[in-house]
Amino acid sequence: MSALLELRCVEAFYGRTKALHGLDLEVREGGITALLGANGAGKSTVLRAVCGMIPTRGQILFAGTSIAGKAPEEIARCGIAHVPEGRATFGSLTVEENLRLGAYVRKDRSNLPSDFKRIYATFPVLFQRRRQAAGTLSGGEQQMLAVARALLLRPRLLLLDEPSLGVAPLVTAEIFRVVSELNKGSGVSVLLVEQNAPLALDLAQTAYLLETGRVVASGPSGMLKEDEAIRRAYLGY
Amino acid sequence: MDALLQQIVSGLATGGIYAAVALSLVMTYVATNAVNFAQGEMAMFSTFLAWAFIQSGMNYWVAFFVTLAISFVGGVAIERTVLRPLERAPVLAITIVTIGLLAIFNSMAGWIFDYTVRPFPSPFSASPIRLGGVVLSSHSVGSLAVTLGLIAAVYLLFRHTPLGLAMRAAAQYPMASRLVGIRVGWMLALGWGFAATIGAVAGMLIAPVLFLDPNMMGGILIYAFASATLGGFTSPVGAVVGGFLVGIIENLAGTYIRFIGTDLKLTVALAIIVLVLIVKPSGLFGRPQAHQA
Repeated sequence: MSALLELRCVEAFYGRTKALHGLDLEVREGGITALLGANGAGKSTVLRAVCGMIPTRGQILFAGTSIAGKAPEEIARCGIAHVPEGRATFGSLTVEENLRLGAYVRKDRSNLPSDFKRIYATFPVLFQRRRQAAGTLSGGEQQMLAVARALLLRPRLLLLDEPSLGVAPLVTAEIFRVVSELNKGSGVSVLLVEQNAPLALDLAQTAYLLETGRVVASGPSGMLKEDEAIRRAYLGY
Repeated sequence: MDALLQQIVSGLATGGIYAAVALSLVMTYVATNAVNFAQGEMAMFSTFLAWAFIQSGMNYWVAFFVTLAISFVGGVAIERTVLRPLERAPVLAITIVTIGLLAIFNSMAGWIFDYTVRPFPSPFSASPIRLGGVVLSSHSVGSLAVTLGLIAAVYLLFRHTPLGLAMRAAAQYPMASRLVGIRVGWMLALGWGFAATIGAVAGMLIAPVLFLDPNMMGGILIYAFASATLGGFTSPVGAVVGGFLVGIIENLAGTYIRFIGTDLKLTVALAIIVLVLIVKPSGLFGRPQAHQA
């Protein structure tokens, strides 16, 4: 399998502060890759850098073409969907409108009805609440909405930022199950940022361990899980 | 009773104009968080263009729609060229720029078309319409019908088209919109285009009543501010309701409160603004806004 997303020597900045220091990373086509590390290690920053939300230096290749320096809306149009930290749902719009926005750039309009049907079957609670303002949903429901909206883009690459944050364990499990099914079924590749290392390592085939904007360890998740030293030093369990 | 009804109905006709201009103010405010003080002058300038087309022998309705198209493109162009560079500028800077635009459009109209007060044709017949005891000019009824149609069109655009949905999303949450692939910059430009178009309709409908000159929209803009404030500056529905209310209140106050008469009508608008800001700053339909210190 080849790399769908490739970061070579990437630096990223918040104003003048450098948050990533020459980061190398690969997401294989059809795979799930996890980014692990403590708070402030730069995990979310990697996703933001990929999406063009912050200024970067270095190479970012998606399916072989450079996307570095592109605007977030153009990167989304390339087929990268981002479920950001804090979910970024449109609070005053209805659930259905939020979902329609997810499909906003889709060219294949004729497939939308069946995609909506599938999304509603996957997340029945969203169907029940489709006419409700998204702001009235619970945290877990909003997380589902954010994931569902991202999936309606029919992305080649899904960026998930801490889907378990502030969400009940059952909902987290549900979201992880959906992501895993989608990955197996339609081959969407996933780059997952997650604090909960055991959970992420179970889901992902490959993992990167970040510390202060650098990769300190990487490899197949099974290997990282077995590595006693890494586990104790970085994963804290 | 008939006199009261008469005042209310003719208040609705002018209220429709205020509603339209207030709607365009709210549209740009919601999208860019800046009040476009030049909205009225842009409408005035559009009306002058329509006048020039009609003067050159163009059919009224052809001139009307050509003017709308030019106003739309003009609104988009102003956002792209003048406001785009101020994307990250503080609101005060943007406000000053729109005041600058006001002065520019006003002087440009005076320079090109001079300051003579000119008659502007009405597309509606000159004979009055009688409804029971109420007598209305055909122009009032016609312009009310056109504004209602315009409001309905704006509603359909924003509620029932993907473009309208994207524009609402872009105004509400720009970063999230960009992440789903919406070109937010263009949405804001389109917002300016639609606002300029709505303003142009209002200008062309009020010009036969007020007569056309570069200062025609000055008073209208103040009424529109009163309408938008009354309705709540963040709510398009509020702008429309506020517009009609201000039209009626203004007419009734002018008729039934002797010392106001026709001379102090504009003061009513200012009084409404002050009152609303004291009693309920978010207006009838607006959402209270929290500001970061």
